[in-house]
Amino acid sequence: MSISRRRFLGWLGAAGLSTTVGNTAKAASNKHFTGYPESNGVLFDNTRCIGCRKCEEGCNKVNELPQPDRPFSDLSVLDTKRRTTAKKYTIVNRYDNIRSNGYGPMYRKVQCNHCLEPACASACFVRAFSKTETGAVIYDASVCVGCRYCMIACPFEIPTYEYDSAFTPRVMKCTMCYPRISKGLLPGCVEACPTEALTYGKREDLLRIGRERIRTFPERYVDYIYGENEMGGTSWLYISGASYKEIGMREDLGITPAPKLTSGALSGVPIVAGLWPVLLTGIYAINKRKQKIEKDEKEQAVLSAVKKAEAEAETKLTDAIQKAEKEKATAIEKAVAKALEEAAKAAEEAADTDVQEADKKSTEEDS
Amino acid sequence: MSDEATTTSKSYLTPFNVIAGIIVILGLFITALRFTKGLGSVTNLSDYNPWGIWIGFDLLVGVALAAGGYVTSAAVYIFGMKKYHSAVRPAILTGFLGYALVVVALNYDVGRPWRLPYPFLVQQGTTSLLFEVAACVALYLTVLFIEFSPAAMEWLGIRRARNIVVKLTLLLTIFGVVLSTLHQSSLGALFLIAPAKLHPLWYSPYLPVFFFVSSIIAGLSMVIFEGTMSHHFFADKMDEEHLKEKDTVVLGFGKAASLVLASYFVIKVIGVSEGNNWHLLGTSYGLWFLVELLGFVGLPCFLYAIGVREKKLKLIKWTAVWTVLGIIVNRFNVCLVAFNWHLPSSERYFPHWMEIGISVFLVTVGVIVYRFIVSRMPVLYAHPDYPKEH
Repeated sequence: MSISRRRFLGWLGAAGLSTTVGNTAKAASNKHFTGYPESNGVLFDNTRCIGCRKCEEGCNKVNELPQPDRPFSDLSVLDTKRRTTAKKYTIVNRYDNIRSNGYGPMYRKVQCNHCLEPACASACFVRAFSKTETGAVIYDASVCVGCRYCMIACPFEIPTYEYDSAFTPRVMKCTMCYPRISKGLLPGCVEACPTEALTYGKREDLLRIGRERIRTFPERYVDYIYGENEMGGTSWLYISGASYKEIGMREDLGITPAPKLTSGALSGVPIVAGLWPVLLTGIYAINKRKQKIEKDEKEQAVLSAVKKAEAEAETKLTDAIQKAEKEKATAIEKAVAKALEEAAKAAEEAADTDVQEADKKSTEEDS
Repeated sequence: MSDEATTTSKSYLTPFNVIAGIIVILGLFITALRFTKGLGSVTNLSDYNPWGIWIGFDLLVGVALAAGGYVTSAAVYIFGMKKYHSAVRPAILTGFLGYALVVVALNYDVGRPWRLPYPFLVQQGTTSLLFEVAACVALYLTVLFIEFSPAAMEWLGIRRARNIVVKLTLLLTIFGVVLSTLHQSSLGALFLIAPAKLHPLWYSPYLPVFFFVSSIIAGLSMVIFEGTMSHHFFADKMDEEHLKEKDTVVLGFGKAASLVLASYFVIKVIGVSEGNNWHLLGTSYGLWFLVELLGFVGLPCFLYAIGVREKKLKLIKWTAVWTVLGIIVNRFNVCLVAFNWHLPSSERYFPHWMEIGISVFLVTVGVIVYRFIVSRMPVLYAHPDYPKEH
């Protein structure tokens, strides 16, 4: 019952997805993509892993990668913690002092986890990565610009880069042996594993197998399938005898698929592009209008000021003229009065001299 | 004869020319090495650390510090603050040079630079924020080129085309602000996809907002800083309008920077609150976060305010330098210091001296080109044939 329901949802997801062709990032929504139906994966069971490095050798061979400095039979390589490199798509690390294993070692194989909604594919600006219907996440070197944003984005730190190549550097990572599984062959590592620690098959089946093993041997396993939900789910799945933290796996990645982490910011783009021009033009128009009103008001003020000044000047002028006229009149009056006065005085003086002269004359006559 | 030779050679052997010359020669040498031997021969990049200072400094800091162009042109042409008009051309020029150098730097950083047009021409990865950054930077570089072209055309005497471009000013300004909003924020949004790798104090769903708002601060501070530098070295090139508005620009932009810093401080605190990361403030990363928040956001906000209130131009100018430094600290923190914080120190990144060499080389080239242009084209003065209409 649960299987058919799951399948049904898978079909629904596939139907929804096929319309947008493959790996388009979905905006935040209540849609939950559970992977391509019938897609494949690999289940790694670390209780079966003996750290023999045969998987590394198998991977190296089928992918025609360069020979390592030390042979694959040299297990002292495991003494140091390693990661995937441009020459190694997969490596095995040993973790010592695992309590659940009687303080013995435990191993973990590291390779691309082939996310259901890969961060690398979401981050790539030339769509060099794609999630295929086989489950494999593959890379197309023929379009890659080499920005390495995929390496920033990958939460599992898997993609590597050929830094030493000047002209044809590539991103290098496990392809789940895409060329082989397309032909119906097993991935190189799975084929090489002598202990069946790796199981290749439909992801749905692998989840069932994982649950079954945990149910059958609850004392042997941690009750958790790593990869079922991490970062929205991965095609590579893990069951473990130790806590995932103890074997160097991050338990804090959450279940949000990578595309959802950026969909919010991306959805803001058309909104800004749509609103900003109108908003900015509006601000411009408001300022322009403000300036126009300011200018008009200024002109008005200047005009009225000038008028007022003119009127004032006119009244002042007429006043001044009147005053001047008045002054002139008074001045004339004054001048006339003065002249008259002077004339009167002169006449008086003249009369005086007449009298004196007459007196003098009379005195002369007397003597 | 020999006297003449010594005087001419002497006039070129200024301390600036000598140092710039050495840096350029060294830069060309590293450039040759980079393009013949690959990234591995000149960088400390690794599979854990795919991005170094060529992204952290040349791209993130470069784009933020080139924000003066859109900030100033928006202030003058959209918000109608005409008293800052003389600051527009130098800001557009430094913006254009900044973005041009960012693109040059990207050619060093990406593995196959001749494929840089692929995201537009071959396959469009529209789900990637880097696609948005690439598209906006390419478009905005074009806009800045057109916005700056009147100065070049006045110099060359191409009157008709110049007048057409000047008529487009408002349109170009609006387009520039839209593009800047988008890619300044997208540079922060680049890191949204890696919550597992970036320290929670720096990782926030508000990263795009933080980057956008801080780019305004960077733009305002850079205009003050560049204006001060220009006045120091090219005072003879400045016309009356520039000299008269110089202090107005410092006071006005300082005031704006103080206000934007205050709001940036608030949203940064909201960021901590949103993630409920208060308990992390007591860790060593938390202390470093507080240094950034209090020392490079709170402090300059306060100093700008004091400087503007007391009209202390010198204080404002030094605060601008400090603020620019704060932007560098912030971008480095997001891209390098707090990124991959979960890794042991042996797996962490520290730049190779040749990476630093290329960054210094590119900044030097920028300064040389700026000097070349302002001593020839009407940037710090209005062209006598084109009086105050633009």
